[in-house]
Formats: sequence, C-alpha cells, structure tokens
Amino acid sequence: MPGSTDAAFEHLLRELAPQVLGAVIRRFRDFAAAEDAVQEALLAAALQWPAEGVPGNPRAWLIQVAGRRMTDAIRADLARRRRETAVATELEYLTPAAEIDTGAEQDDTLILLFMCCHPALTPPSAIALTLRAVGGLTTAEIASAFLVPEATMAQRISRAKQSIKSSGVPFRLPTDAERAQRLRAVLHVLYLIFNEGYVASAGEQAQRLDLSREAIRLTRALRDLLPDDGEVAGLLSLMLLTDARRLARTGPDEELIPLTRQDRTKWDQAEIAEGVALITATLSKGSVGAYQLQAAIAAVHDEAPQAEDTDWPQILVLYGLLKRMSDNPMVALNHAVAAAMVHGPSAGLNLLKALDQDGRLAGHHRLDAVRAHLLEMAGQPEAAIVHYRLAAARTSSLPERNYLLTQAARLSD
Amino acid sequence: MKYILLMSGTQAGVDTYRSWPQKDIQAHFAFLARLNKELQESGEFVATQPLDLPAQARIVRAGKDGAPITDGVFPEAKEFLLGYWIVDVESPQRAYEIAARLSAGPGPGGITLSMPIEVRQMMSNHTEEVL
Repeated sequence: MPGSTDAAFEHLLRELAPQVLGAVIRRFRDFAAAEDAVQEALLAAALQWPAEGVPGNPRAWLIQVAGRRMTDAIRADLARRRRETAVATELEYLTPAAEIDTGAEQDDTLILLFMCCHPALTPPSAIALTLRAVGGLTTAEIASAFLVPEATMAQRISRAKQSIKSSGVPFRLPTDAERAQRLRAVLHVLYLIFNEGYVASAGEQAQRLDLSREAIRLTRALRDLLPDDGEVAGLLSLMLLTDARRLARTGPDEELIPLTRQDRTKWDQAEIAEGVALITATLSKGSVGAYQLQAAIAAVHDEAPQAEDTDWPQILVLYGLLKRMSDNPMVALNHAVAAAMVHGPSAGLNLLKALDQDGRLAGHHRLDAVRAHLLEMAGQPEAAIVHYRLAAARTSSLPERNYLLTQAARLSD
Repeated sequence: MKYILLMSGTQAGVDTYRSWPQKDIQAHFAFLARLNKELQESGEFVATQPLDLPAQARIVRAGKDGAPITDGVFPEAKEFLLGYWIVDVESPQRAYEIAARLSAGPGPGGITLSMPIEVRQMMSNHTEEVL
C-alpha cells in the first residue's frame, strides 16, 4: 500500500531529523544554517527514497546531503563576500561532509529541545521552531496547523533562529544550575503544542496536522532520553489521559460535550491504561510535581466507568496539593469546582470569592462559566443564565461560545 | 490570536480618493505595500483583501421562493466595507497598533487620513475541557 509506505518513510525521516541536525550543527557550529540544510536534505530524501529505496544507512545519507548543502551555502556566501570585499577567505572552512561526527545522537535531540524551547523565545516562536527542528515537520505543515500562510511561518522560524543566534546559546546541555528551569520551559512548550491540537471542528481536525499526537510523540522521545524524570513522565501521562477522551468530546454537530456527559465507551482504553500505569509507577517514586498531579486527576476521571462514579474527594485532595504547589488561578478555579462536587455548590461559590478578590481572572470567561455552573447546581437558574451569557460574550472560542449559549437557552426554556 | 482589521468608507470618499494627485495616490499605494511587507516580515501577516468599490455593491435577500432579490445603488454617504487585513498577533494591543498604522495612511498632500479601522477578534475552534 503506497499510503503506508509513505507513512513509514515519513516516520523514519522525522525520527532521524533531530539526530541529523545535531550532527551537522556539531560540525558547522551554525544552528540557523544547519537547520535549513537539514530541511533540504529531508525534502530530498522524501523525493528520492520512495523511488530509489531507503539507503543502507539513512542517517549517514541525510548527514552527508545536509553537509553538502552547508558546504554549498558557505561557498556561495564566501563568493558573495569575495565579490563584495575582494578578499581571499579561509577555504579550510569547507571540510568534506564525511568528516561529520555521527555519534552522540541521543544527547543531540535533547540539546535541540533545550535550544528550541529556550526562554529567550516567545511561546509561538518556540513552538514553531521545536516542530521544525526537533519534530522534522515542514514549514508548510506547521503553517497549516496554525492557519497562517507558509511565508508567515517561515518568517517566524527564521526570526526564532535569529533570536537563538543573538542570545548566544551554546550547543550543549544546560548546566546543572539552570537545568531544572530549562526543562520546565521544554515541558511547557510541549504542553502548549498538545493544547494547540485541541480543536473541536472535525473538518478542521481532518485538514490540520494533529498537534496533540505530535506533542505526544515528542514527549515520548523526551521520556526515552530522561526516563527517571517524574515530571516528564507526568506530562506524558497527562497527555495520554486527556487525549483518550478526544472522540467523546464532541457530538455529531461538532458541539462540545462536557466531561460528565461524555459517552465513556468512546474513550480510548489503551491510552488510559498506558497513562494510568505510567502515573502510578511515577507517583510511587516520590518528588511529586504539577504535571504528575494533573495526570493523577485525569486518571481519576478516566477510571470512573460513569460520571457518578467519579471519586471527587480524591480529586479535591489532588487539587488542594496542586494549589499549594502553584500560584495559578486556573488551578484555584478547578479546586472550587471539586469543592462544589464534594461539599456542595455553596462551598465552591465561596472559593470563587477569593478569586474575585485576586483579580487575575477578572473578565476571564472561565470564571463566569464556572460561576454559572455552580449557580445552576445551587438552584439559582436566573443568576446562572446571566453568567453563562457573560461567559459566552467573553470567550474567543466558537465551540465554547455555542456551548455556553446553549446552556443559557436550556435554563431559559 | 487572530484579529481582522476592517476598513470602511463611503462612495463619496472613494470618489474623492480617485481624484487625488498622482504623487499622493502613489504615496498611499507605497505606504500600503510597505505595511504589508512589514507584517510579513514580523510573521504576523495572515491575509489582506481589498473589495470591489461600492458602486457595484448589492444587498441580496432571499424571496419567498428562495430566489435572490437584489437592492442597490446606495446613497453616497452609506458606509461600505472597503477591505480587510487579518493578522496573527500576541496581544490585542498589538492589533490596535497595526490598526493605527493603517489608519495613519497618507492622503492628499501627505496628510494623515485617520480612517476608522474596526478591530475584531476572530473566533477560534480551539477549546478547553468544559464543565
């Protein structure tokens, strides 16, 4: 089947992409140019391999082709500079590509992740660069995932590479002192990529690259490199346990279906089993982090055969721990929901008062949506309608707006 | 986040613009081309589309049998959409900045036009878990 062969080629190319890039950077010490050269080598392989067969050592083939592109680019650059300044230049710079060091590929993928998710970059830049340099995706694929023209995405990637160059990040692993903070940045970027994949429109999902799957693939690769890191495992588990509910999240007319009313037979049991096993094994090792707690909460939801079976007291405890660990108002909001489920809606509404005073969620649609939900639980439909409508006016997500307006209409009927 | 910047005007306004001196018209076109290029280089450009002039505009409604009933020609002072820009930016403030740049396009004698630009956020299909 030609389709599956193409998929196999693509898989192989994308696995090799960061390893090849690492090897070329080691030789030429120019991340931006090496990244372009590797993209060209990947494109050449995608054209040639299906017709001519995969070479015996595909990795060496890619490194050699990318190295040749680098040499050509340097030669062209030197020629240009020579034309401009009429000075002879250092030709020893043009070393044959065969001398490229082909070892250390595992570390290289990790170094690349740290580079592409560097805190000097804005999140959109880090996301785009990670998908291209580590994910091995083409600019066109990334552009279509974000619904922007290819030229615009190319500019973003090129600017991101420029920022890395000017911030002088060396091509090596971060020092022990900065490692924890840099790893947090990597996990955050992977988490953002996963969330970008959360689109409600089936039509859009079919056309766009599946960013959630891509984030899972990259996080799996990171876990292979750092098998003992609890937060890496926690993030992977969280992604699997969230992705497992994907098919149940929307109805036939693309309407959102809340967690409590999803058809749980549509949940992906294989993903749930993997996610639960992973988080169970990780939590038993101690040193619990925020991603692990979120994965544990997702696991409690996923393990309930029916919404009524959900162990809300357990979820409340987990949100309590999470709240102590992070000063994120969204965590406090979810904590209020869990409190309402355990102690009744007035307990939840009381906790929202603290969030009103905190002010960081002022005007945020999610605060209104939660308040509406809790007011409805408390038997105050009129007040709930007001807040459902307020939330609808404040969200910029079309499926959420439709959902919130439907809730208000249901209570008004 | 994506924003659409809507530029509106009247038939009368368009008629005046058609009678600008050549150097002013050229300066205006050059200004727009420069701005589009800047947006492309900053990685914020998504799309732009000028529309046909309002003289050709029609309002269409479905009749009882579903057939189109068209309405037009409109008074000179009626406001029409002239064109739009779609940008993908980090913040609403950045969208307002770009809108202000558009609004500041040069008119006759190089004087800023200060055209009103309506800035609207575009809804996304992106969602989070709902209750």
